[in-house]
Amino acid sequence: MVDLDFSRAFTVNSRMDPVLSTVRLTVREAVHTLSSSEDGGCIFSTLGSLKRYLGETENPALPEEQEEFARIHFSTFLRCLVGKLSPDWLELLPDGQLEELWASFFLEGPADQAFLVLMEAIEGAASKVVGLPDHLGNRLQRENLAGFFPQNYFPLLGEELLQALHVVVESLRGGLDCSVSFLSQVLGKACVHGRQKELLGVLVPRLTALTQGSCLWQRVCWRLVERVPDRAMEAVLTGLVEAASGPEVLSWLLGNLVMKSKKAQFVMTQKLLFLQYRYTTPVLRSLLGYLAMDSQRRPLLIQALKELLETWGSSSAIRRAPLAQQHYISKAILVCLAHLGEAELQDCRDELLASLMAGVQSHLDSSLPAVRRLGMIVAEVASAQIHPEGPPLRFQYEEDELTRELLALATPQPAADSPSEAGPPVAPVTAETTNEEMVSSGGPQAQPEGSDSELDSDDEFVPYDMSGDTELRSSKAPVYVRDCVEALTTSENWERWEATLRALEGLIFRSPAATQEVSVELAKVLLHLEEKTGVAGFEALRQRALVAVTVTDPVRVAEYLTTQFYALNYSLRQRMDILDVLTLAAQELSRPGRRQKPPQRGPPGPGPQPGSPATPAWQAVVEERIRSKTRRVSKGSAGQGPAADPNKFNSVAGYFFFPLIQLFDRPLVTFDLLGDDQLVLGRLVHTLGALMYLSVNTMVAVPMGKALLEFVWALRFHGDIYVRQGLLSAVSSVLLSVPAERLLADLPDELLEAQSWLADVAQKDPDEDCRTLAIKALLLLEKLRDKLLPPPPP
Amino acid sequence: MPLAPGTSHTSDFAGRSWSEAWTEGRDTPGDCIPPSMVAPPSPPPPPPDPQFVLRGARSAVHALHFCGGAQGQGHPLLLSGQGRDLRMHVWDLAEGRNAIVDSVCLESVGFCRGSVLACGPQRWMLAMPGKGGDEVQILEMPSKTSVCSLKPEAEARPGMPMCLQLWQADSSPLPLLLAGYEDGSVALWDVSARKVCSRVACHEEPVMGLDFDSQKARGVSGSAEKALAVWSLDEQRALQVHGTHQLTNPGVADVRIRPDHRLLATAGWDHRIRVFHWRTMKPLAVLAFHSAAVHCLAFATDGLLAAGSGDQRISVWSLYPRM
Repeated sequence: MVDLDFSRAFTVNSRMDPVLSTVRLTVREAVHTLSSSEDGGCIFSTLGSLKRYLGETENPALPEEQEEFARIHFSTFLRCLVGKLSPDWLELLPDGQLEELWASFFLEGPADQAFLVLMEAIEGAASKVVGLPDHLGNRLQRENLAGFFPQNYFPLLGEELLQALHVVVESLRGGLDCSVSFLSQVLGKACVHGRQKELLGVLVPRLTALTQGSCLWQRVCWRLVERVPDRAMEAVLTGLVEAASGPEVLSWLLGNLVMKSKKAQFVMTQKLLFLQYRYTTPVLRSLLGYLAMDSQRRPLLIQALKELLETWGSSSAIRRAPLAQQHYISKAILVCLAHLGEAELQDCRDELLASLMAGVQSHLDSSLPAVRRLGMIVAEVASAQIHPEGPPLRFQYEEDELTRELLALATPQPAADSPSEAGPPVAPVTAETTNEEMVSSGGPQAQPEGSDSELDSDDEFVPYDMSGDTELRSSKAPVYVRDCVEALTTSENWERWEATLRALEGLIFRSPAATQEVSVELAKVLLHLEEKTGVAGFEALRQRALVAVTVTDPVRVAEYLTTQFYALNYSLRQRMDILDVLTLAAQELSRPGRRQKPPQRGPPGPGPQPGSPATPAWQAVVEERIRSKTRRVSKGSAGQGPAADPNKFNSVAGYFFFPLIQLFDRPLVTFDLLGDDQLVLGRLVHTLGALMYLSVNTMVAVPMGKALLEFVWALRFHGDIYVRQGLLSAVSSVLLSVPAERLLADLPDELLEAQSWLADVAQKDPDEDCRTLAIKALLLLEKLRDKLLPPPPP
Repeated sequence: MPLAPGTSHTSDFAGRSWSEAWTEGRDTPGDCIPPSMVAPPSPPPPPPDPQFVLRGARSAVHALHFCGGAQGQGHPLLLSGQGRDLRMHVWDLAEGRNAIVDSVCLESVGFCRGSVLACGPQRWMLAMPGKGGDEVQILEMPSKTSVCSLKPEAEARPGMPMCLQLWQADSSPLPLLLAGYEDGSVALWDVSARKVCSRVACHEEPVMGLDFDSQKARGVSGSAEKALAVWSLDEQRALQVHGTHQLTNPGVADVRIRPDHRLLATAGWDHRIRVFHWRTMKPLAVLAFHSAAVHCLAFATDGLLAAGSGDQRISVWSLYPRM
């Protein structure tokens, strides 16, 4: 710095060399003395000699010299002076002589330069104050004192800031002007250092109490935050929003800061809403409540709502943003809506409705249930607010913690939770009166009969459990499976229809032979069955019956169902039903030790002969045994568990799996898996994964695994999260179900490709579940490799 | 018109002198949770079991009546209920007898039970369905002399009377008759003046049973539909529907208010007896014991409840026993 100044001096003033050199020498000497000498007298005389250049002494320097000094050397010299400032140094001479002299340079020299140097010094001091724990920590390492640990130091700093603010307020009361810049700087620096919690944890509660009743304190606070440098504004504001206990507090502390500072406005309306999503619901409430509390700030709230809805409705955001962020934005929308009145919404109704409608559409298109549910809730609440006179929107969704939280946000907060007693006294009074009204209007009949009310204390009549009071139904279900087909198709008698549906599953399991005679017919009827009356649990009953039929006659019913999956003229619902039934049936078949021994049913083994259910029981048993023995030999390392009860899914897995995986890329007129019907594709992928998993220890697992890996490879860049999740779990299924040796022997290339894809997904996929699934699959792969390729012997 | 099946049969028995042959001891006090001991926040206690079950009627039970031991002493007890033989019998039940003393001939076959009002010692007034399908006949017993015949106005067309109840207001000795009709309406007749005081449509379906609480001037009726109707009578003898109470299953064969005016019991075609708090109509219990429609109910003066059902059993319950 010094060198630079001198070189500039040379270039500018090359004509005045002799004068320049005198001044320069004197200054250089003085600087040297100042930095090295401990002798007070020496320092005093040196400083005194330089004083000449400022004039105003008995023996001033030449005007050229004075000008020269002021222009070139003064700031350098002042910096040196500032650097020397310390209690020890000032006490080198008694009576504050040195201090007076020191100060005189700043007061008498050119004011602009003195001011700049002092500002620099202040900033340096602020850095020192905030950096102290770090410096000490670095220096003292393990010998550091507990008082200088950041968690202790910053609360202390908070206390001191508060003290300083007290002084400021007092002097303002006394009519003196004060600056809080330095405090603002310290505050900003500490927050940038990431010490919001420690510092503001002390400061905010105290300031809350102080600002609550005093306008002066509020103004001092506003000033304090206003003067925070822009680069620290974000850190301070996020800290304040988190530490404040409600919108009122924020309003007292910040005033209309968002209107005055562009940076603050950006932080509050953009950064905290759109770019970050880690804040809790109360923080969100404080933030948006703060915007809503003042008429000047309300336009910002409306603007924020518009932007929030736009983001919420963007289909690209829905596809790419993490679920947590979508949740956060939905919450913000609901809080905004709770604050805004009808009149305000009216002005921008068309715009809001347009975003909302587009958003509902995109949300409902999503294959993730959580996203769909967010769409439903926000749509319900927002449409009721934005368009109250229209017909109310109603969706059906399951209530849970999350939905309740969201719906609770939609109702405006009661005034009760504001920390102030000075809050509007009107609210509680009105609440009470409405309560009274409700009580009085609640039981108008109860009152006229005061005469017998003392006789008739209701308390002793405790009701008994009445949960058993359900609708009575007469059971006229058919006794034979064959009759069920007729009862379900032709019956005009809905009671019989319902009773049949209820009895069907049991009937099928009781009479498997009879079921096999009509299995496909029955499956067809069930697949096309529509809910005629409001039968409770209709879907579950139908599904259980379908699963029972499939389990009883797997080959034929699975063939039927898989062809129907790709047939024309089915609804998506029916196609997904088919997938669910196949999965459940496969699960049931592969369950070891399921039910009793199979009743005299033709073994579904090699070459199942349809229509020969009369195989004697002993023959079945023998064949069963032979088959299990054969399998043991051919499989090499057969497991030990299922030997006692062979996997019934073994012989039929192919009938379930291959017809499903073959036709996925051939679009029909009504059904395009790779196009709009990605939800069904997702279900298909999951189903295939499940079937693969259930085929563990079966012969057909290897070709299935191969086909499935190829299928995954073809779809690996699919844009839908649900589909990708299915693909990833399908890979895991393959790794789990196909024997390790066969995997490496038969599918090495596929595995290698899969591995690189998995690694990519694990790092880059926007969805957290996808990343986790990919990591799981990678771990499986790793384990597999360790098992088969033991590290080379040392 | 869906109505209770089974043969029409009267089953009568006297007072608390249950004959041993009829009684099957189900006296299990341990099963009955005294409701006063149950803390409100805990889950509701399971519905109680019947105190007794009376078997051996060998036919569906269509009418029940408790005969008070004390005041019934020495009186021949009159129980009405017509059989398919178009007769209504007068029985002597005193001292454990059960002999038919007399019978009254009926002029139509219907589902309506008669109603009896004691007018003095050894004198009763009997209301029963009369001829023509829509009349109610009033007889004086035991002389069997016809007092009058109550015929609705021609344009009213209420259909057959389905249930009857004779009663006297405390203020005047004049007998009044409440009649529920096939069209779902309930009418109040002034018997001596032979005219309808008031008529109100309570149900869409025929009224199957009604009971009236003269103390609160409030009555309740049940019908073939899924709701109970509560109505009231003002000083001008005008009936007014007060409200309806929805049930789970359709069909109420009988309704009875306990003599202390605190409980209401209903007999359901859904095999269940329902108990309500009479003043508030708050449901208190659903008693699922019978395996066929419950046809009739009776409260004893001490609060015991009996229910007769198509499953040929009579169940006796002790609910909220404080009187």
